[in-house]
Amino acid sequence: MALLDIKGLKTHFSTDAGILQAVDGVDISINRGETLCVVGESGCGKTVTAMSILKLIAMPPGRIVEGEIMFEGRDLVPLTSRELDDIRAKEIGFIFQEPMTSLNPVLTIGEQIAESLRRHEPVTKKQALERTIEMLKLVQIPNAAGRVHHYPHQFSGGMRQRVMIAMALACRPKLVIADEPTTALDVTIQAQILDLLQDMKERFGMAVMLITHAMGVVAETAQRVVVMYAGKVVEEAPVDELFGNPRHPYTQGLIRSIPRIDLDAEHKTRLEAIGGSVPILINPPVGCRFAPRCKHAMSICTQKEPRLREIAPGHRMACHLGDAS
Amino acid sequence: MSQYILRRLMIAIPSLLGISLVLFFVLALAPGDPFSELATNPNVPPEVQAALRAKFGLDDPIYLRYLHWLAAMAQGDWGFSFVSRVDVDTLILQRLPTTLYVVGSSQLLALLIAIPVGVYAATRPYSLFDQLANTFAFIGFSLPTFFTGILFILIFSVKLDWLPFVYSSVPGSGIPWLLEMIRQAIMPVMVLGLFQAASMTRFVRSAMLDVIRLDYVTTARAKGLGQAKVIVKHVMRNAMIPVVTLIALQMPAVFGGAIVTEQIFRIPGIGSLLISSILANDTPVVMAVTFVFACLVVLFNLIADVLYGWLDPRISFR
Amino acid sequence: MISAVLLLLLIAAVVIGPFIWRVSISDIDVVAGLQGPSLAHPFGTDDLGQDLLARMIYGGRISLAVGLAAMLVSVFVGTLIGALAGMSRGALGYALMWLTDLFLSLPQLPLLLMLIYLFRDGLKAVFGPEGGIFILIVLVIGGLRWMPVARLVRAQFLSLREKEFVEAARALGASPVRQVVRHILPNALGPVIIAGTIDVAAAIIAESTLSFLGLGFPPDTPTWGRILYDAKDFLDIGPHWALFPGGAIFIAVVAINFIGDGLRDALDARKVI
Repeated sequence: MALLDIKGLKTHFSTDAGILQAVDGVDISINRGETLCVVGESGCGKTVTAMSILKLIAMPPGRIVEGEIMFEGRDLVPLTSRELDDIRAKEIGFIFQEPMTSLNPVLTIGEQIAESLRRHEPVTKKQALERTIEMLKLVQIPNAAGRVHHYPHQFSGGMRQRVMIAMALACRPKLVIADEPTTALDVTIQAQILDLLQDMKERFGMAVMLITHAMGVVAETAQRVVVMYAGKVVEEAPVDELFGNPRHPYTQGLIRSIPRIDLDAEHKTRLEAIGGSVPILINPPVGCRFAPRCKHAMSICTQKEPRLREIAPGHRMACHLGDAS
Repeated sequence: MSQYILRRLMIAIPSLLGISLVLFFVLALAPGDPFSELATNPNVPPEVQAALRAKFGLDDPIYLRYLHWLAAMAQGDWGFSFVSRVDVDTLILQRLPTTLYVVGSSQLLALLIAIPVGVYAATRPYSLFDQLANTFAFIGFSLPTFFTGILFILIFSVKLDWLPFVYSSVPGSGIPWLLEMIRQAIMPVMVLGLFQAASMTRFVRSAMLDVIRLDYVTTARAKGLGQAKVIVKHVMRNAMIPVVTLIALQMPAVFGGAIVTEQIFRIPGIGSLLISSILANDTPVVMAVTFVFACLVVLFNLIADVLYGWLDPRISFR
Repeated sequence: MISAVLLLLLIAAVVIGPFIWRVSISDIDVVAGLQGPSLAHPFGTDDLGQDLLARMIYGGRISLAVGLAAMLVSVFVGTLIGALAGMSRGALGYALMWLTDLFLSLPQLPLLLMLIYLFRDGLKAVFGPEGGIFILIVLVIGGLRWMPVARLVRAQFLSLREKEFVEAARALGASPVRQVVRHILPNALGPVIIAGTIDVAAAIIAESTLSFLGLGFPPDTPTWGRILYDAKDFLDIGPHWALFPGGAIFIAVVAINFIGDGLRDALDARKVI
């Protein structure tokens, strides 16, 4: 049984202009101890999917319209926010994109990590502090015992993200959702943070759902990859299969847009970009949502929505092209 | 932290000097002479007048006069009242506690209303409670204090006869006297407190709404802390920072309201002292009371700055 | 919307009221003193038997006129100082902002009272009792309320100054004055209009407060605040006397504040949901 199994999730937002179908029928599953990458352009619904799991989206205007989110065999969708509180941080930890704004500026980092421990585990104040210092040491913050009493503004961006990781892992959750944890950081720091995540994963054996738009990050960390486009999953495969045999035109476009430095000069091709941009999801196009930008679009693509189906063991995609072949 | 307070103090001094400068030049530019009363008094011979003028340096150049005046003020020599023939500082010291008592308790009342109402409204934006709170706040700060005061007297004193509408300051002791003191303070404190609560509720609500959508609040929710704890520990704590500043900016209006309230309920504070001195052309008292009000505003700004530094670690550590 | 209609009604009432309700404001009829509302006197009478409706129509003209005029003064001074502070990059800008902050921390009402106390006799001698007080009150109220406008204008200038279309105008060699008048000011107008609207309400309250304290217009000029001041000693026998002018002030202020709020919502893109 998968650790987390999302089926047919639809999360919509009501706006002045109409209903925004940010996530529109997404299936994602994660096994214990696995690293799953969710990739896609900004606005494709990957963050909303992740936030829906723990109902961290603002409701209203957001609303889970349909679908189920099975975590260890228990559906999270009907749970109230109060019931979810026992799962948040304890079972599923969250690492956010912006380390600069995701920490409360008026509380010390120690207080912020310890409050999670004290909420979920029967520890005294002193034990919580000790565990906090221990966590800070694990995420390689120098002089952890002294730094624990410092405020977020006294840390650099990379250090703050380490603090965020310590906070998310403090209660040893079974699943950690990392929403673009490196996007806001310097390139050199990015690699360190990814290594740290990998390291932590090996130490604690938790599953990781890593959300990113960078294919480079995917290649480096993932075991399995889910590609999202305009609120839907378009392709899903093990990482080698996806990079070696991408089937959906959008995935192919994404892979072609990665700069390659391993090829020599004569083999270098022009870096390709995917033309157009993500459609606005208030009145999405009928049929395949990628069709307007797709080089291979056929007449059926603008009429009928392709269904996600298995084309090889563990490899699923949603495109009419496969039907023809 | 102490360094921060010291720095704030250093900033307060120039603004006090600036205010004294404004006051002094307004007085100096005013047509007429603070000694005109003496000048028109036939019992005072011209040579005494001239001596007085020389003594008070009225014929000196204006900047010298300002420095003399400032030096005298700083030494506590605030002159004496033309009308009651008492030193101005004793007169003010007599009256000041009453004003501070009324203003202080009304601010407390305002906070006690505004924080819970504003916080609750912000957690349920656009709900019925929020809209009611908003409407009442809007009406509250559109109602001038003199009209609420009159309405209160009409309702609670004239119609219902529950509360006295004239404040008496007869000294006394014992429980009945104490109860009477509290009873007579209810209406003025309510008038001033509700007026303040109205604008404060709006400040609190909008500050809360600004903070509630920030990333670190989501972080706190992701920790499973529960709504109440997230709101109190993470949202309120941060929302109070701008609220402190806004309340400090309101202080001039608070003292304005205090003057009106003291006048309506005949409270013997420095506000009613100001009015009666103006009506009696008692220049030294008018000047001094205005300056005291200015000092009070600066003082409260200073307190707000210190609170600000205490609430926001980013400020005091810099 | 409702508030706009209310305000228009109020303005219409005080502007055309005297042509319909032709009762003198100063006819004394002591016998008919302190009567409640009746057909002959819809708003009742005061202690001297003067008709309150007529007095309130007259006073409303002054109260609203003071509000508008004081708003114009404060918007003018505020825009001038804000624009100067926003355009100058050096010491002048800092000095002006320091001055603005200083004025913001002045206790308004005591200062207002003191200024009126000091200057009223001088102006009365030049412009007559009513005109002198009018000019004084307008100048003093306006002169003590320009700071929010100045801050707004400065903030707008600082951001607009760097915008492309102003840079373009600068590149085309437009003089600073032309840049300001043609390109920046029109764009800074929105917030200033909102602040100005709210200033009208504040000025009406300030004028009423002064009159209520007995330090505004002379007793024979029945502004709303002055009527309230006269009425406050007769609350037990003639409550209508205080309720009508107080209600009028309240309605005017609430209506203006609501309009200001509505304008803010309409002009502010940063709306929730």
